[in-house]
Amino acid sequence: MAHRIEVALKESVRDARGERIKREIEHFLHLAVDEVRTIDVYTVDAALTPEELQQAAAGPFSDPVIQEWSIERPLAAGFDFAVEVGFRPGVTDNVGRTAREAVEYLTGRPFVSGEGVYYSVQYLLKGAFEVADVEQIATGLLCNTLIQRYSVLSAADFMAKRGFAPTVPKVLAEAKAEVREIDLNVSDGELLRISKEGVLALTLEEMRIIQAHYRDTQVVAERATVGLGANPTDVELECLAQTWSEHCKHKIFSGTVQYEDEEGNKQEIKSLFKSFIQRTTRDVRAKLGDKDFCLSVFKDNAGVIKFNDQQSLVFKVETHNSPSALDPYGGALTGIVGVNRDPFGTGQGAKLIFNTDVFCFADPFYEKALPARLLHPRRIYEGVVEGVEHGGNKSGIPTVNGSLVFDERFAGKPLVFCGTAGIMPSEINGQPSHEKSIKPGDLIVMTGGRIGKDGIHGATFSSEELNENSPVTAVQIGDPITQKRMFDFLIRARDKALYRFITDNGAGGLSSSVGEMAGECGGCRMDLAKAPLKYPGLNPWEIIISEAQERMSLAVPPERIDEFLTMAKRFGVEATVLGEFTDNGVFHILYDDRTVAWLPMAFMHEGLPPLQLPAKWEPPRHAEPAVEVKGDYSGDLAALLGALNICSKESVVRRYDHEVQGGSVVKPFSGVANDGPSDAAVVRPILESFEGVVTAHGICPRYSDIDTYHMTANAIDEALRNYVAVGGSLDLVAGLDNFCWCDPVLSEKTPDGPYKMAQLVRSNQALYDICMAYNLPLISGKDSMKNDFYDGSTKISIPPTLLFSVIGKIEDARKAVTMDVKRPGDIVYLLGKTGDELGGSEYFALKGAIGNKVPLVDTGRAYRRYQAYHQAVTQRLVASCHDLSDGGLAVAAAESAFAGGYGMSMELSRVLWKGDMAGKSDATLLFSESASRHLVTVHPEQREEFENIMSGNCFAAIGVVTPEPVLAIVGLNGAAVVRAGLAELKEAWQKTLREL
Amino acid sequence: MKKIRAIVITGNGTNCETEAAHACRLGGFDEAVIAHIAEILSGEVRLDDFHFLNLTGGFLDGDDLGSAKAQANRLKHAGVAGTGEKLVEQFTRFIGAGKLILGVCNGFQLMVKMGMLPGFDGDFLTQRTTLTFNDCGRFQDRWVYLKTDAASPSVFTTGIEQGIYLPMRHGEGKFLCDSPATLERIEREHLAVLKYSGPDYEAATMEFPLNPNGAQNAIAGLCDPTGRLMGLMPHPEAFVHYTQHPRWTREELPEEGDGLKLYRNAAEYVRKNLV
Repeated sequence: MAHRIEVALKESVRDARGERIKREIEHFLHLAVDEVRTIDVYTVDAALTPEELQQAAAGPFSDPVIQEWSIERPLAAGFDFAVEVGFRPGVTDNVGRTAREAVEYLTGRPFVSGEGVYYSVQYLLKGAFEVADVEQIATGLLCNTLIQRYSVLSAADFMAKRGFAPTVPKVLAEAKAEVREIDLNVSDGELLRISKEGVLALTLEEMRIIQAHYRDTQVVAERATVGLGANPTDVELECLAQTWSEHCKHKIFSGTVQYEDEEGNKQEIKSLFKSFIQRTTRDVRAKLGDKDFCLSVFKDNAGVIKFNDQQSLVFKVETHNSPSALDPYGGALTGIVGVNRDPFGTGQGAKLIFNTDVFCFADPFYEKALPARLLHPRRIYEGVVEGVEHGGNKSGIPTVNGSLVFDERFAGKPLVFCGTAGIMPSEINGQPSHEKSIKPGDLIVMTGGRIGKDGIHGATFSSEELNENSPVTAVQIGDPITQKRMFDFLIRARDKALYRFITDNGAGGLSSSVGEMAGECGGCRMDLAKAPLKYPGLNPWEIIISEAQERMSLAVPPERIDEFLTMAKRFGVEATVLGEFTDNGVFHILYDDRTVAWLPMAFMHEGLPPLQLPAKWEPPRHAEPAVEVKGDYSGDLAALLGALNICSKESVVRRYDHEVQGGSVVKPFSGVANDGPSDAAVVRPILESFEGVVTAHGICPRYSDIDTYHMTANAIDEALRNYVAVGGSLDLVAGLDNFCWCDPVLSEKTPDGPYKMAQLVRSNQALYDICMAYNLPLISGKDSMKNDFYDGSTKISIPPTLLFSVIGKIEDARKAVTMDVKRPGDIVYLLGKTGDELGGSEYFALKGAIGNKVPLVDTGRAYRRYQAYHQAVTQRLVASCHDLSDGGLAVAAAESAFAGGYGMSMELSRVLWKGDMAGKSDATLLFSESASRHLVTVHPEQREEFENIMSGNCFAAIGVVTPEPVLAIVGLNGAAVVRAGLAELKEAWQKTLREL
Repeated sequence: MKKIRAIVITGNGTNCETEAAHACRLGGFDEAVIAHIAEILSGEVRLDDFHFLNLTGGFLDGDDLGSAKAQANRLKHAGVAGTGEKLVEQFTRFIGAGKLILGVCNGFQLMVKMGMLPGFDGDFLTQRTTLTFNDCGRFQDRWVYLKTDAASPSVFTTGIEQGIYLPMRHGEGKFLCDSPATLERIEREHLAVLKYSGPDYEAATMEFPLNPNGAQNAIAGLCDPTGRLMGLMPHPEAFVHYTQHPRWTREELPEEGDGLKLYRNAAEYVRKNLV
């Protein structure tokens, strides 16, 4: 029977969790609350003696200094309503799992099958609430009904019922292992129904290809030899749907595009991926010649470059948008621990050295109505921030760089980019670490977590727009500790050469990981009945596509398997042999020796013809706003500093451990009060050395409203200029592209597909052009192509967004430069020219306009200037450097000044101008977002040396750092156009998100 | 000369083992071994072979039952394979042999919850204090000024005159005692080695963010009456070189970071007293 153990804080102890809930109810639901207190509830469904229950309650479950406990007796008192929230059956319950292990240590007796501990939280609310208010608090704040259940009791009912009854959210399912056959000899309408109702996300054409395959007489004959009929099994159909999903197959990036530009020129592009992304890398590498530093690109879970002769760097950035829209906490947590597995599963396996996060949300203060099923942006913000916080911090990986980007359209789907870098010795056991192979006869081994129904159809689901019927099972919750244990074991197994190949289990589960591995050697034979399950009752098709987290798949040579399994056991990691790799050309799946799937590898991986995608570019025209001429722009500057895209994100960033592992050199914050916004991160992954890794990123979706070509060009330039600002070397720097697009495929629900597709083409064109000019090979990336919400009436499509991340090197981290001004008297330089380029700027956004004059990147000049600047950094001639981006010169100057604690005075007449003089005005000089510019300060005694190195480039001394804490900018006519105290500017910058 | 040896225990969510071992080496230990808890429970690695034990930062078992609770339970109940002894016996033997233990962050939480600190009257297994959720309700990563108690018996802080500046990175760092008597005894015996303070290291402070968690009497670090066992919430291993300081690009700083002193003191003590 199930026992309830309750643990409450003693009355004298402050309940920080309850206080936070109280604040959120007040801020978010606008309800008055007197008090919120919380109680932890452990439902122990196991055969324990009364003494053992007491030992558990008094021992691991409670803290005698601050808590009290009870068994089978409620502790709650002095409340008006009680709400208890626990997980639904089958949802990952990390606290429950740890509690169970603690009881096992205590009793020295493992739980038997079916026994478990389940965790829930009781919230005790005090205040004048109606029942409806409490329901709103429960569903609006305390509980995500997709994954959690809740019950509410008023104080009177609580007394009458003596509290909540124990609830055991055990998955109750019969042990069955059904395999269905699906008759595909049906009409087109029926084919589509099969796809839709099965969440297969296969198009009619794809269903017809499958139909044709099963009609092939040779296929039928071969199937008969393994005891299969002419119809596909559900296992086969599900495997094909995973393998062919947009998420896994990138059908849009590999499709054939018919592109027509604004002048009617037509062009056929066979695969954007090959034509632009792969070609970029190939051409840049050719250009670099013997200075090429790429080791493994596009073919593994993450890209690999050289760091030095002994070490290689690994980097990958992923998105986890759709799950984060449904369950922000679980979705985002899974996003970060999921991307951790990419570098870990690259080559022979890498040690993880840092994370990066970029989130795109709608305004957290959004006040308009939202379509059903969409969570409020504030809840998404809170959940995502917390999910990534827990995933990153608990994994012991510093989060060193990131952004928050806001646009109303991200209400349709938030974007959650998570990146992870790793480092590995360039050779492991005498082999290049970035290479790996599989030999026929190697064993298929799965390690880590068990398989459940969590994350079924994740890959196919994220290949569709979000709608009211999006499946609950698509959501997973990560478990960083199980994963950390697995990594601790696997990195040691790596060094003992106990496996030959490693990859992660992500989207598509085993069907995808083992499917891809089988491609290495030409086949596999795997028995799903051997897979460890969280609970009985999973059908074979569910086992093979489940995206249950914290799993890696490996190829282990038979002669190493005993040592591998023994070591796994010692480290408390589950490892299971599921079958073996073969070279017979077949993806052969069994369940208890019975064949349940028999798929020729060639059909699985190459059976799909390319999509045909129309694309037509018609440049949009927006109203061109008149730039306001006024005598004082101090107010505009303060408003810009407080804008969501510019303001301080410190309340979020401080929640992320950015210093664990001890290598941080340039932290997210710089300056006299540790609160200025750094441009990029520098870390030392090897503590005995001063070689640093530099990472930065660029993202500017607002420019997509004008032209995605320039959006992309600016994003790449922003990433590189951030990287350059802190001292990153141009000789060793690589890029990663993450495309997040709205559905660009022409269909009934996407009549503007050709325009969106053209936006994608133009973005790719810029990717090639800019990366070629900047010698930036692309080493990895990802695309997420269906970021829309559609409920039949309302459609919200995100603005096309490219996140461009860079990773590279600084030879000596002790020469890194931060963005805070250092001392009065230093000369202020602006590197680069400014133009009439307010289109898509934050300044226009403040005025409610978009405009048309998007910043244009002049790569030739910029690259030469970046090189010269880097030389100045190497010679220690730069006191501070800050990149100019959102909000332009005025914002950058304000940030550098208040971060350093000294004022700045400058004259706009000294700023170098490019283009038409008609557009030159104080406002454009202050707020234009012209690309490739840096604001630099230099000690006067180094002036000559600095100017010598920079000579031949566009740069100008425009002012000086001053002792008085004031930003003073003189306009073109000689009068002050900005004069503001640093304290007041900093306050404007800090206050917007301070309380979130 | 005989080698002095440090051990850093890792596994089940410990995260700071690499930099802790690095700090031990920089501080003067001849060897700093990172041992996975599985290697200790299997009997491959024995605490007896070391002089200085590091219980360092991380999220043991995800802090799922409260920080370090599950590991405290594991250490108390788990047996060491092939020896017939419980792991906790290795710990008490280690302490009894006059050796040193430093608990940082999650390691401090573990020491407190096992009862190793404050370790009144030679009792290292009774919990009298705790570390719980920060008053601000959030995990925080920020740097803090820590005023040292010059009269403290701690061997780790010998020679630190005013205070040290270190990063803290935790969600559960608010120090609390089970009774006013415990707190009073901690203060009387100068066991509260480090207290959150302002940049001048003059007075302890309860003001956020200088005191980032609301700890009782601003206590950030605690030692036992022998001074050989110490725990602290901030991370000394994360400030052993000037480039780790948040303002190193604008301040003239010595090569060595403030945190290194603790490891130097530990090494010196071991060399003088234990070999």
